[in-house]
Amino acid sequence: MRVALFVTCLVDGLFPDVGKATVRLLERLGHEVVVPSAQTCCGQMHINTGYAGQAMPVIRNHVEAFEGADVIVAPSGSCAGSVRHQHADVARAHGDATLAEAAAGTAERTYELSEFLVDVLGVTDVGAYFPHRVTYHPTCHSLRVLDVRDRPLRLLRAVEGIDLVELPSAETCCGFGGTFALKNADTSTAMLGDKMSAVLSTKAGVVTAGDSSCLMHIGGGLSRLRSGVRPLHLAQILEQTR
Amino acid sequence: MTTFLGMPAGGGNLTGEPFPKAAREALGNAQLRRNLAKATSTIRAKRANVVGELPDWAQLRAAGAAIKDEVLADLDEHLVRFEEALTSRGTRVHWARDAEEANRIVCDLVRATGTREVIKVKSMATVEIGVNEALAGIGVHAVETDLAELIVQLGDDRSSHILVPAIHRNRAEIREVFRRGMPGVDPGLTDDPRALAEAARKHLRQKFMTVDVAISGANFAVAETGSLVVVESEGNGRMCLTLPRTLISVVGIEKLVPSWRDLEVFLQLLPRSSTGERMNPYTSVWTGPTEGQTSHVVLVDNGRTATLADPDGRAALRCIRCSACLNSCPVYERTGGHAYGSTYPGPIGAVLSPQLTGVDRNPTLPFASSLCGVCYDVCPVAIDIPSMLVHLRERVVSAKRTTPESTAMRALAWAMSDARRWRRLLGLGRFGRVASRHVPLPGWSTARDLPEPPKETFRDWWGSR
Repeated sequence: MRVALFVTCLVDGLFPDVGKATVRLLERLGHEVVVPSAQTCCGQMHINTGYAGQAMPVIRNHVEAFEGADVIVAPSGSCAGSVRHQHADVARAHGDATLAEAAAGTAERTYELSEFLVDVLGVTDVGAYFPHRVTYHPTCHSLRVLDVRDRPLRLLRAVEGIDLVELPSAETCCGFGGTFALKNADTSTAMLGDKMSAVLSTKAGVVTAGDSSCLMHIGGGLSRLRSGVRPLHLAQILEQTR
Repeated sequence: MTTFLGMPAGGGNLTGEPFPKAAREALGNAQLRRNLAKATSTIRAKRANVVGELPDWAQLRAAGAAIKDEVLADLDEHLVRFEEALTSRGTRVHWARDAEEANRIVCDLVRATGTREVIKVKSMATVEIGVNEALAGIGVHAVETDLAELIVQLGDDRSSHILVPAIHRNRAEIREVFRRGMPGVDPGLTDDPRALAEAARKHLRQKFMTVDVAISGANFAVAETGSLVVVESEGNGRMCLTLPRTLISVVGIEKLVPSWRDLEVFLQLLPRSSTGERMNPYTSVWTGPTEGQTSHVVLVDNGRTATLADPDGRAALRCIRCSACLNSCPVYERTGGHAYGSTYPGPIGAVLSPQLTGVDRNPTLPFASSLCGVCYDVCPVAIDIPSMLVHLRERVVSAKRTTPESTAMRALAWAMSDARRWRRLLGLGRFGRVASRHVPLPGWSTARDLPEPPKETFRDWWGSR
């Protein structure tokens, strides 16, 4: 299959290893990966911070960049969620029915990585080997906006050598929330504190999730504690082989 | 939003300090945080349990939402029908545009009875308009009879929760509140829940037997028959509704349901979502005054029509005040209700208060959420609070002139609309991040490290592959 990678702005600029891992994983499974060069960002930060009007050209750019793609895959539940559930509505609310229709088309062809692997490719065992103690944080947008349910866990359980441990209060938000982490820094930090305690209680050496943004927040906190727990994106675990 | 001349903005107890500032104070209170975490996690588990045992919960929820939407779509007609039904059964109906007018009406009615004291059924609408304060202004003392409201009142405190106003207090604190604020209380009172309840019971029983004027709200108002419904746990509300000779009910205009049949849906949705019970212990329904009783209903707008005028926000008026969103919200769990500055805290407060008052008077509340979405999941009438928050954020932003944030957002959107510009910005960004390792990013760097800047962007790697 020919897969268009929507790499997301955060992965492109800050976490390129997550993008590389996604590419290597999909290629290992026998698929051709293309990266449309016109892509930038989905505009979620603008939309969720109250700047939906300014997000309009960003949405337009995204829709045009992926115009010819049959299937679009993003290593982010949050960005896939924005494309799927916000783009068309924002375009419609800002009076661009043509863009809304095109955006609805892009939305239909967009998948978060674990959804793509499990639902479209029909695989849960991607042939990965990762002999470490790992705990999984289901990010809010993959959990509640995309409803990915246990797909990431099914993928992780099939990894050879992994010691997967359950995260207490896993479905509670980590406190990132995009600009929430800046605008309500104290509350965000309090939520982060509880999430870090939960991660540390598992004695896992690695915390994983399907979103680099939440991992940047959780990992940034764990790093400040000098905890030694590594944040790794789901793709970075699934990429590893013996 | 289109707001028409004469459409009143909500007043009363709907605004407070900016959320981030008020939250900072609450977050520093370790006792408060322990109390909140314990109470909310207990009630969350209870709710999940009783909701889970109903096979048709999804259908009930959809029915609840549909009934409320139907009421809101033809609210004017339902209200007129309701008024006719009330009047025909001998209740006097009063209309109040805002909190001030509602208080004036209630004060006039109370003054006419000549009483110096009224007893109250727990009611959010009366807290919203601040009727106790208004009554105090004319020398009338309002006695809260709901145990938790009483604790808040005696402690000279504000409610922190819709269902459990004293959720932020533990029993040792409650004992102190009673010792200081309850006349004639046993000085040797212990913090045993049974002893505390008994003290409140003695105190209230004396009020029920002597005070002749009561003020209530209503959980539901049935348009077809002019019936009012109060749902409660303690039975104190029923004492207030049946004993006094004058009953004044303050009701938000969105509380209507069309018919008795519709109540069935809400009497299942509310207790399960609220207290985590299959059925609440007391449901009182009254249709007109009983013999020898005078009854008044004050129908309050206080920003509700303005909320109704906004197609993206009006679903907030579906709210049946169950508090499931508060109990599930990770922000509420850590800050408590006072941080929201309004009678309505938590996720529903963050969308309701700014709509009732206008966003200019509550500009920080729409941002008091990480948009995690758990509030939408648990809402028994399926209010899409996260989407509504995003919509309200847009209204807050567009009401403001240029700010440093809006300038930055504009520049970023400009760069993100074109891949070449974006690529250049990423190049600059790497230098920026190297520098930022030495210059902290406010808000972020207080508790988190920034990631190590990568040597190359994904785009560069892909291009060189």
